[in-house]
Amino acid sequence: MILKNNILRLGILLLVVVLFTPSARAAEDFNVKETVFEHIGDAYSWHIATIADTEISIHLPVIVKGKDSGWQVFSSSRLEQGAEYKGYRIAQEGDYKGKIVERNHTGLETRPVIDISITKNVLGLWINCIVLLLIILPVARWYKQHTFEPPKGFRGAVETLMLDVQDELIKPCIGDDYKRYTPFLLTAFFFIFVNNLMGLIPFFPGGTNITGNITITLFLAVCTFLIVNISGTKEYWKEIFWPEVPSWLKVPVPFMPVIELFGVFTKPFALMIRLFANIMAGHSVIISLVCVIFITVSMGVGINIGMSAVSVVFTIFMYFIELLVAYIQAYVFTLLSAVFIGLAKVKHD
Amino acid sequence: MSLLTPDTGLLFWMTLSFGIVFFILAKYGFPIINRAIEKRNQYINDSLEAAREAETRLAALHSESEALLEQARKERNLLLQEAQEMKKKIISEARETAEAEARLQIEKATIEIEETKKRALGEIRGQIAEISVAIAGKVLGSKLESSEQQNRLIDRLLDDELIPKN
Repeated sequence: MILKNNILRLGILLLVVVLFTPSARAAEDFNVKETVFEHIGDAYSWHIATIADTEISIHLPVIVKGKDSGWQVFSSSRLEQGAEYKGYRIAQEGDYKGKIVERNHTGLETRPVIDISITKNVLGLWINCIVLLLIILPVARWYKQHTFEPPKGFRGAVETLMLDVQDELIKPCIGDDYKRYTPFLLTAFFFIFVNNLMGLIPFFPGGTNITGNITITLFLAVCTFLIVNISGTKEYWKEIFWPEVPSWLKVPVPFMPVIELFGVFTKPFALMIRLFANIMAGHSVIISLVCVIFITVSMGVGINIGMSAVSVVFTIFMYFIELLVAYIQAYVFTLLSAVFIGLAKVKHD
Repeated sequence: MSLLTPDTGLLFWMTLSFGIVFFILAKYGFPIINRAIEKRNQYINDSLEAAREAETRLAALHSESEALLEQARKERNLLLQEAQEMKKKIISEARETAEAEARLQIEKATIEIEETKKRALGEIRGQIAEISVAIAGKVLGSKLESSEQQNRLIDRLLDDELIPKN
């Protein structure tokens, strides 16, 4: 009965979506690639929705330092639709497409020296950071006040997640000295997890593709890289530069040391690419599936309704997978970081 | 914006934001939760230990009380036995006393009877003496003076002839 009701409701919803989608616009100027890239990429303003040709978006501050003009702070609303302001505009094509460029006196367009504008991703990052703090800090305060009480509900979930990562992952991977590394690894885990989940919320304040952005994963991978190599023991470095292999592999041509040294960099590189690619791909797939609804508008109502149903079913399926991926990727990143740290702390008896 | 090129602006904000978040969580977040959990685990372990100890102590107490009970039971039996003996003794003593009393009473009664008999005999003797004197006087024709001498004579006569005095 409930299932039937839900199917009926879904049908009505689809019908409403179909009826109210401005078909002319959707059929003609709907560009899937642009839509996907708009959703997974960065922007100087946060486009929330378009209702009857009125764009609802948050105009974020642009903070740039030009070669000649020095520091400039202004709202990105001044650069809408390719408008120029104080010599700056958002490039519509070329290498810097979508980024702010500065036109110098010769007419050449260059990137400003420093561009630390509060972009959509930065704002999303901040929102997610605040969400993360709002999850952990109240729980921590509760634990401080109710040390001997068993946690319930949400706090229990946080504790379970935390202890699971700490005891099942960090402790066995790193060994005795694991306590020094838990703050970073736990922060990384919860940071990635929260960002992944927030990215799955399809509207403001979620929906930003933070962990699917290479800059973010680069930063996290560099953190792991630094921690791994700073905590590397003498044996760790010896295994890189003088591994236990036949001598001819080391002298005169140091094959193995080169390979090992290369491995030092490929490990965090793999971390960076894995997280980025997984989350980015997940976002792309979901958005592409939703786009199917809008693409098939021009193919007639029948096909459109059929494809919409298929799209919704697949999107729901993908959402479940992405929920799984959100956890798995956070887990894998933490796991591999812990494994690399554990390998760097190797000691021979 | 190209997907694969890192953006310096975002990297700057990421470094700053992650740094702050990491600092806050590493100082006020995870270690506090961890410490609380450790304390709680310690508390649970201690409580379990205490419970186990209490249990063993309780078991010891139980056996101790069992032993006490056993001892009390023995003592009670002993007391009962003693009481039984005491009862028997008291009863036998009472019986003896009663018997002795009864014997004494009987003796007393016998003596009294004896005395009464004696007294009665004495009286009878007196009357007989008087009657005898009177008879003798009548027989002799002369009135005998009821003097001491005469009485003694009569007594002697009576003793010899008629009824011994005792």
